[in-house]
Amino acid sequence: MSATTEAGQVGVRQFISFKIGDEEYGIDIMAIREIKGWTETTELPDTPQHLRGVINLRGAIIPVVDLRARFSGQLTQATPRHVTIVVTVGARIVGVLVDAVADIITVAAADIQPVPDLDSGAHARFLAGLVAVDGRMVALLDLESLLHSDLQATAEMAA
Amino acid sequence: MSDDQGYDLSQFKATYFEECAELLASAEEILSRIHDGSGTVEDLNAVFRCVHSIKGGAGAFAFDELVHFAHVFETTMDALRSGRADLSTHVADLLVRGNDVLGDFVRAAQEGVALPADHGADVLAQMAAIPDGNAPATTKPATATAAPKPAAEPPAPEDNGFKTYSISFLPTLAMLRTGNDPLLMIRELAALGDLDVKVDRSKLPPLTEMDPQASYLSWTFTLITDRDKSSIADVFEFVEGDTATITITELQPEVEGDGWGLFATAPAAAEAAPAPTGGAVEGDGWGLFEPLPAANTAAAAPQPAKAVPTPAPTQAAAAGGPVHTASIRVDLDKVDRLVNMVGELVITQAMLGQQASGFSVESHPELIQGLQELSHHTRELQESVMAIRAQPVKALFSKAPRLVRDLSTKLGKQARLVMSGENTEVDKTVIEQLSDPLTHLIRNALDHGLETPEERIAVGKPAEGTIHLGAEHRSGRIVIEITDDGRGIDRKRVLEKAIEKGLVERGQSLSDEQIDMLIFAPGFSTASAVSDVSGRGVGMDVVRKNIQDVGGRVVVQSTPGAGSRFILSLPLTLAVMDGMLVAIGGHRYVLPLTNIVESLRPAAHQARTLVDVGDVLTLRGEYIRLIPLHSLFGIHNAITDPTRGLVVVVETEGGDRVGLLVDELLGQQQVVIKSLDANFRPVEGISAATILGDGRVALILDVGAIRAMGERLTAQEPCATPTAAE
Repeated sequence: MSATTEAGQVGVRQFISFKIGDEEYGIDIMAIREIKGWTETTELPDTPQHLRGVINLRGAIIPVVDLRARFSGQLTQATPRHVTIVVTVGARIVGVLVDAVADIITVAAADIQPVPDLDSGAHARFLAGLVAVDGRMVALLDLESLLHSDLQATAEMAA
Repeated sequence: MSDDQGYDLSQFKATYFEECAELLASAEEILSRIHDGSGTVEDLNAVFRCVHSIKGGAGAFAFDELVHFAHVFETTMDALRSGRADLSTHVADLLVRGNDVLGDFVRAAQEGVALPADHGADVLAQMAAIPDGNAPATTKPATATAAPKPAAEPPAPEDNGFKTYSISFLPTLAMLRTGNDPLLMIRELAALGDLDVKVDRSKLPPLTEMDPQASYLSWTFTLITDRDKSSIADVFEFVEGDTATITITELQPEVEGDGWGLFATAPAAAEAAPAPTGGAVEGDGWGLFEPLPAANTAAAAPQPAKAVPTPAPTQAAAAGGPVHTASIRVDLDKVDRLVNMVGELVITQAMLGQQASGFSVESHPELIQGLQELSHHTRELQESVMAIRAQPVKALFSKAPRLVRDLSTKLGKQARLVMSGENTEVDKTVIEQLSDPLTHLIRNALDHGLETPEERIAVGKPAEGTIHLGAEHRSGRIVIEITDDGRGIDRKRVLEKAIEKGLVERGQSLSDEQIDMLIFAPGFSTASAVSDVSGRGVGMDVVRKNIQDVGGRVVVQSTPGAGSRFILSLPLTLAVMDGMLVAIGGHRYVLPLTNIVESLRPAAHQARTLVDVGDVLTLRGEYIRLIPLHSLFGIHNAITDPTRGLVVVVETEGGDRVGLLVDELLGQQQVVIKSLDANFRPVEGISAATILGDGRVALILDVGAIRAMGERLTAQEPCATPTAAE
């Protein structure tokens, strides 16, 4: 459709898109450190269920967020075929559990549409925008606001 | 070679200030000995050298005020060490104060701020008065030699009393690294008289092999001066022996001016070298090469030293040999990276070991043997790396004598400080964290612990109180004790105060130990008047917090009338710890071994539920609160019946004991501590995480927090052991 890329131009961004069920989401490629298969996590006490726990990423302890559980409240039945996308949020490294990686999409900044107001569903505020790619709709994630509450719960916790 | 033409001074400044801090601390320590009257002449020399080194660097960076003060200080020290001035108590006091002022100047230079113009003026004036007053006749020459560039009256050549010396100066390769610049010494020599310099470049390697920090050159000087031999020797005071070989011989008059020749060889040597050296001078800029041009012209000058080519290497080797405590400065970040890396290695090694546990020695003899060796080496490597960060607690203790002296004067008390175990080593971070708590505790011992001399005599104690500061290694931890022989903790007053402050309810019965621990409660202070020494009520709880922050505990033992003892127990390092792996419902957790008192499977009559208290365990007549970890952490499939699981009795920093209910113990192992908050955030009840042999993460339990959580748990659900059983 409209946006089959004019790569190399100013204002062009690349995203990695992935699936959760039938829905397709995108994360800015610059935020992604690596993509790895699912490994069992170590659960943390007293944390929301979408926080699957922590894993050992070559010596660093990183938390893993189950995106399906975050959006729908339903835990992903994770298998080794599931994928953990390791992203950088600020100074932190966080794993995001998704079903499968779909594609690398290149999008002109101008083609990113704002999230419509009426879609004020549970997770609208975690989206940075929507983009249509080959007739599919991809929701672009705003990692900062998505993970903010999980990483910042500190204040109340430590108090 | 270095590509930075206009090189950055700030790096050298940083090194200089680091050195200054060490020198000041070392001077402080020695001065305190001198002050006590136990100092020796060598101590005076040592202080002199400290001050001189500070002055030398300050001169290089043009910190003029610092140089000025250091110069007067140095002159005073010189007068004292040579016996021209007497070391009275007054003078010793002055020296201690002088060191403080010197420290002020160093800090001012470091921070780039200007001190008031008259800063330290009184000390300066008094110091200036010492040598003059005691030995006016001999003062002058001392002042002159001590200065790097003495206001030396350049001697008129061929005057009466002038002698000619031949000086051979053979630095070892390491001389520049010790911070000694030959150029400065040569300048100093030049200031003594008429100097002729001859340089030997024969050991200069080709440019490609040259180490820019090594000193390859050696010199032969011919000096015509009216000074005596010892003034010349003074120039080389700091390099003689360790880092250079110095020979000073007086030449007979007829030798002077007589061409000793070597015309055949000397120019040849000069010819061979120039090509590579030229490049070195350009790109390097170490200052070392500056004397070269002068040396070139001196090629034909008298060279009495046939000795130079042959004995030099052997002598250099001999001089280089006995340097036992050679050390290098390393950025702490680099060491930390190394520590981390070794941590990873420990984990990888454990992982490999676990993988191979399925193989038998028969089927894979080499693999098993290799793994055993790997495990051995890894352990050794880890210990060596940890040792790099270890420092003797002396750095910490050296402040104590001063503190005790100053405070006892201020408080009108008499105190003697006894120290032991200063060489006990502990991780640098732990040392840094200990500094404030230790100061607080010493203050506390003097202010609250020790009585006034009159009070002491009245109860039949010697007027002078004793404070003992000791350190020792005890079962993998460092234990630091501060003991005083004062009045001990006044438990009645402490309890009254605690009730008054609402820390304890009236009528609550507390054991003596519990009362003693109250002094660590936030906001608690028994000093009726807030003094500037101690007693703002922030002291002891800060002490406890600082120590807990590095995984330590503090305990107080007190005997009324006989004194108190504060015991600090700290881990030797913060990166690795011994842990007990426990299982709860299929999850593995690590309990710090240092917290564990014992573990047991209670009999039915030992475990019971009390109203308002929750589950308790009766152990040898004592009631211990039982905390079911599974319900605290919401773990399913765990054993909920204490008589079927295991109870690990742990002790918190406060000395409280609680029993933690777990499924089973999996074994003891060393774990590398990994932060949870680096990528996540703190989780209550968990102090950190670690990586186990199979690569999985295990959480390390925070016993203190768990005890607090356990209390809340029973407060919320009085009839303990809730849900969870599935």
